[in-house]
Amino acid sequence: MTAYIIRRTLYAIPILIGINLITFALFFLVNTPDDMARMQLGVKRVTPEAIEKWKAERGYDKPLLWNGAAPGAHKATDTIFFEKSVTLFALEFGRAEDNRDIGNEIRTRMWPSLALAIPVFLVGLAVNITFALGMAFFRATYLDFWGVILCVAMMSISSLFYIIGGQYLISKLWHLVPISGYEGGPDAVKFLVLPVLVGVIGGIGSGSRWYRTLFLEEMGRDYVRTARAKGLAESTVMFRHVLKNALIPILTGVVVVIPLLFMGSLIAESFFGIPGLGSYTIDAIQAQDFAVVRSMVFIGSVLYILGLLLTDISYTFVDPRVRLN
Amino acid sequence: MPVLLATDLLVWLLAAAVAGFAWYSSRRPHLALPWARVFRSRAAVASSVFLAVFIALGLLDSLHYRPQLPARDPAAAPAYAVEVRSLLDVLLTPLRTKLEKTYSAPLATRLYQKEQVELPGGKTVREFPRLAHGGAHLKEESHWGRDVALRLLAGLALAIALWSLAVLAARRTLVRRWPQVPWGAAAAALGALLALAGPAALLAAGYHVFGTDRVGSDVLYQALKSIRTSLVIGTLTTLVLLPAGIAAGISAGYFKGWVDDFIQYLYTTLNSIPGVLLIAASVLMVQVYVDTHPGLFPTAAQRADFRLLSLCVILGALGWTGLARLLRGETLKLSELEYIQAAHAFGVSHARILGRHILPNVAHIVIISLVLDFSGLVLAEAVLSYVGVGVDPSTTSFGTMINAARMEMAREPMVWWSLAAAFCFMFALVLAANLFADAVRDGFDPRVRV
Repeated sequence: MTAYIIRRTLYAIPILIGINLITFALFFLVNTPDDMARMQLGVKRVTPEAIEKWKAERGYDKPLLWNGAAPGAHKATDTIFFEKSVTLFALEFGRAEDNRDIGNEIRTRMWPSLALAIPVFLVGLAVNITFALGMAFFRATYLDFWGVILCVAMMSISSLFYIIGGQYLISKLWHLVPISGYEGGPDAVKFLVLPVLVGVIGGIGSGSRWYRTLFLEEMGRDYVRTARAKGLAESTVMFRHVLKNALIPILTGVVVVIPLLFMGSLIAESFFGIPGLGSYTIDAIQAQDFAVVRSMVFIGSVLYILGLLLTDISYTFVDPRVRLN
Repeated sequence: MPVLLATDLLVWLLAAAVAGFAWYSSRRPHLALPWARVFRSRAAVASSVFLAVFIALGLLDSLHYRPQLPARDPAAAPAYAVEVRSLLDVLLTPLRTKLEKTYSAPLATRLYQKEQVELPGGKTVREFPRLAHGGAHLKEESHWGRDVALRLLAGLALAIALWSLAVLAARRTLVRRWPQVPWGAAAAALGALLALAGPAALLAAGYHVFGTDRVGSDVLYQALKSIRTSLVIGTLTTLVLLPAGIAAGISAGYFKGWVDDFIQYLYTTLNSIPGVLLIAASVLMVQVYVDTHPGLFPTAAQRADFRLLSLCVILGALGWTGLARLLRGETLKLSELEYIQAAHAFGVSHARILGRHILPNVAHIVIISLVLDFSGLVLAEAVLSYVGVGVDPSTTSFGTMINAARMEMAREPMVWWSLAAAFCFMFALVLAANLFADAVRDGFDPRVRV
């Protein structure tokens, strides 16, 4: 088991290096620091001196990969690649355009993101499983048929409309909660109710339809037929047998997103004015703050790889055959 | 002067390819069979009516030209306007040219904002001025209700007439040719469509059916123009995704060993980078490229078109991983089967085995995943445009419409019509695509047939 986990962790290293190279290529080779400077300073009326100054302030004036002028080991370390990309592995993110420390910013903004993402995740999972189980229980009836139709219809609505509709109905028409904003501490609840509600409702369509097929697949198995043949009630079969076994693919399937909950939700956070990592990223994209985008790409990838690792580990808990390979 | 934008060319090539494929498979029973199964589903038939109308609008909007300017000197070479128009623009000329000053509500006769209006006596009052076009034909504003009701009824009558004609024509031709298709569903869908389009067309002749936006242009016109953007993103992306996904997927599953390791590494790496961020980074790069090479794009339309195309390329370059993973799994299974081993034993080359034995047997996966991807891409466009990394702001799309309307959420009374229009059209398009995709999956997936 331990050997398996270690092996899996080692697999992650080349992937991380690959991600680092891709982001480096995207941010420095395809789009040179000169282009960045021109974009930040405004395309027109920009002097070569201003560009040089901008680059020097941010340490972008060094050679990209190999500094022939520097002495000894500094030939490799005194470069943009080493200073901006390799240091990401040590979780040093540098400074944003407004000269704030990105690492610091991430540590404070992580909490509002989690405060939104964790309830959405947990409540959403519970609601989707309930709906899916209901549809599977009433399979091949009108209830199931219209349930699936409703799911497809809900999947066909852009997430933007869920947010806009929720804000309009609940905040503007009924004045139940503030339309957007955030406060720390227990007051956060009144700001979070609406985003959580919208997030859960927006996920029902695809989630419950997917879980419904998992339930139906499980219900076609032999042990279910045996359970019915024993004369068990349909509800006992559903809750004691099918639900437990279908939870395995459901839970191993969602493990991968758990670490990504840290990243927050791009759209919901910026609509609801929650100062989390998602809105941070959107602001950075819109302000073309490359240092922040680069850091978020890296963190997101690391978290995803962590999710893959957790998925692999969860499989070994669920299915002992995996450990033997 | 005709203008061939890059996306136009690709759209027509794709349309030709789809038509060619349809013709090819209609003559081969084993290829036609799954499609026959798809079109036995009522949902598929009904949704394909809607999709066909959307596609027709999109294709009409993909024939561009630059109108000739009125020549001052008949001897001089003809001059052309900088503005690029499409055939759809010509058909919708009344909608396109009837500009108001600013917002106006659907079917309104007066502007949304108060303005200083000069009375005949020389006095000025602040009031909601009459619209330049919306309801301008009314002599008395009090006739508004009667006029709208008349137009609605006339539109419905027109719809019923057209519908009866279409049904009669179809009875003689289509129904005889393919009797097993549930034509009732098609007739119902066509009826619903005409019942919406008929009154809308007659109302649009005198009013703004979905109101006007901030600069006073008709929202219905924008929504109709957005269809092309959605279709382009949903379909052209596959042009990039398809070759990459197929090549990577089947070679990983077939050659195994280091090829498999490398391709798996490649798609795990690409997958681990958060999609929106990678798209954002790539789009920013494209923007820098456009800004630094202004000479390559003589007109604004070409610039916007380049951005649209590069968005498709970026989405495709990131989206092939899912298809590759599916194909890899299926090819792994196939390559162990006896007929592939027999082909090896006969000394058939790798290329021939891949082309003749593997590819046709994974084609159903390719078709299913393409159709399933479409609706996701249409929805993604709206989100990306909201983030600011989608299409060019000058391109009309559902994303840019929502984005512009969002700014006015706080107004009192609320400006809701742009959102409503974008919602209706997007919902119809995506729902039709989803229902069609489900039917395609059921028709093609051998596992579903039990």
